[in-house]
Amino acid sequence: MDVFIQQLINGLSLGSIYALIALGYTMVYGIIRLINFAHGDVYMVGAYVGFWATTQGWGFLPALVLSMVVSAILGVVIERLAYRRLRNSPKIAVLITAIGVSFLLENGGVLALGAKIRTFPNVFPEVQYHFFNGAVVITNRQLVIMVVTTLLMLLLQYVVHKTKTGKAMRAVSHDTQAAMLMGINVDNTISATFAIGSALAAAAGVLVGIYYNAINPYMGIMPGLKAFVAAVVGGIGVIPGAFVGGISLGVIEALVSGYGQSLYRDAVAFALLIIILIVKPSGLFGSNVREKV
Amino acid sequence: MVKKTWLKGIGLFLSLAMLAGCSGQSKPTAGAGQDSNEIVIGANFELSGDVATYGTSSLNAAMIAFDEINAKGGINGKKIRVVKYDNKSDKTESMNVATRLITQDKVSAIIGPVTSGNTLGVVPVVNSKKVPVLTPTATHPDVTIDPNTKKVNEYVFRACFIDSFQGKAAAEFGLKKGKKAVVLVSQADEYSKGLAKFFKEGFAAGGGTILGEEAFNKDDNDYRAILTKVKSQEPDVIYLPAYYEVVAKVVKQARELGIKAAFVGGDGWDSPKLVEVAGKDVLNNCFFTNHYTPEDPDPAVQSFVKAYKEKYGQTPDALAALAYDGARLLADAIQRAGSTEPEKIKEALAATKDFPAITGKFTLNENHDPVKDIVIIELKDGKQVVSEKIKSK
Repeated sequence: MDVFIQQLINGLSLGSIYALIALGYTMVYGIIRLINFAHGDVYMVGAYVGFWATTQGWGFLPALVLSMVVSAILGVVIERLAYRRLRNSPKIAVLITAIGVSFLLENGGVLALGAKIRTFPNVFPEVQYHFFNGAVVITNRQLVIMVVTTLLMLLLQYVVHKTKTGKAMRAVSHDTQAAMLMGINVDNTISATFAIGSALAAAAGVLVGIYYNAINPYMGIMPGLKAFVAAVVGGIGVIPGAFVGGISLGVIEALVSGYGQSLYRDAVAFALLIIILIVKPSGLFGSNVREKV
Repeated sequence: MVKKTWLKGIGLFLSLAMLAGCSGQSKPTAGAGQDSNEIVIGANFELSGDVATYGTSSLNAAMIAFDEINAKGGINGKKIRVVKYDNKSDKTESMNVATRLITQDKVSAIIGPVTSGNTLGVVPVVNSKKVPVLTPTATHPDVTIDPNTKKVNEYVFRACFIDSFQGKAAAEFGLKKGKKAVVLVSQADEYSKGLAKFFKEGFAAGGGTILGEEAFNKDDNDYRAILTKVKSQEPDVIYLPAYYEVVAKVVKQARELGIKAAFVGGDGWDSPKLVEVAGKDVLNNCFFTNHYTPEDPDPAVQSFVKAYKEKYGQTPDALAALAYDGARLLADAIQRAGSTEPEKIKEALAATKDFPAITGKFTLNENHDPVKDIVIIELKDGKQVVSEKIKSK
């Protein structure tokens, strides 16, 4: 039992990171039907900004906010320069551009920052909480990850459902042209989506930096892919779906390595995901919509 | 329309540039190759990527050795010129670098790469192009012996002990810490798998029990799920043959989960980054097998440590020491060969006997593997302390 609880805690903290990244994938997909492969690298940039800020002696919260703001701007710039002019081109052109941007950020990162790993400064001292005679351990960093993720998720729900920008985002996602006819500034709305998605990824980057203590320019690749899978499983385009998808992927991974063969962790996790998609092709929370022609 | 023509123009330009690049490669580059007054040696090192600190310190140390030799007038009156490239800690890239060194730069011999995986990438190239390569630090047995034919790779040499010895020495040491062990292995890494295999053999032969073996992916960040499982198995010893970046994360997370068992590892642990990432308290009760220690009072060791510190401002790790030995061994072989012909250098290397290396005097055996001692290092509050020495067998 205690092992199970420990694995659940492991899975939840890992899943929270996937969830934060998955949100950005799903929001961008929801609004312009683009799988933004550069998203994992925005997460990496976020981690480096957080690294810079904390080494300058900033505290955790200011560093988190700075990193979110810088990455939001980066997200908007990427959309403005790389994707906007391709908005009416075939989907595949934009997709390939996204892959290009991803490589640009990774290798640009290597060039500018070096490929070596960087060690995050100790932003706040680690505190461990023990339960069941030390059989279950939870650290304050894990708690911070889970709390920050939940808060950001709630904030996002508020923005999407209660604000004007959120309303515009939902309208554009539903039908871009109708939204335009209703006088919604589509360009600005898309920029806002990129800004919010990138800010969330940056938050994940800073949290990972603090949690694992080490960052490098290639750190975005695997989590990016996994978060993408999480978004698809949750139903791409659906915000709560990305959250649930991310958390479940993290938990499944932890349980498979804990109770099965660690060697087959990714294989089993992804097989489960394939089964979910076979049973429910639109993902856990997706509704079946006919493809617009 | 205007925009499209503009794009096409760029496309055309790019394809032309690429074509030009291709044709440029097939021609031998002017100026490269052997000048009669110099000896060209290729350096194929991990200067960026996962194990960048290894490649960098190895190259630094090799350069100290070559500079020393040049300062004394070179070999048989000829100066050494080193052509160096970065293999990005990648197997394919290592292969490309080796090919480039041989076909374009016409080197007499190659030093590097550092890791077994990358060196295995280079083996087919040097065997077919017949240029000797000396890896200072690749410890996997397959590096010098082809696993399929069981024949010695004629053009591959090394300056370090091999994993079968290292894994068994770790097992011998591990048994002193307890009879129950868990092995954690990096699943796509030859080095890690090789060491794990020899550790398990040695540990079982010495009367210990292997409780389990867990595999992970070196690109993972989170090892808590595996470690939670390991914790419930209650081992005395955890064998973790991996490189420093992974080791730092694994040990840190293990201690967070309350695992107090001794960690034992291999020479891949030796990097200042280990303590930097994991923190020094976390690394107590951690041990690893290694090639040398900078604390060795031997004057040859101390003069190298001093030269390295003066030039690069840090204490040389074992990789640096081996690269220094490797570079000197290569120079020694070239001198004994009395020629810059790759073929002759290869023969001289194979005949190495009682070479006075700073990591211990050694002779290359019929498999091109040095026979030498091993050091077990303990990490005490972030400092490396020699725990014991195990003699070569």
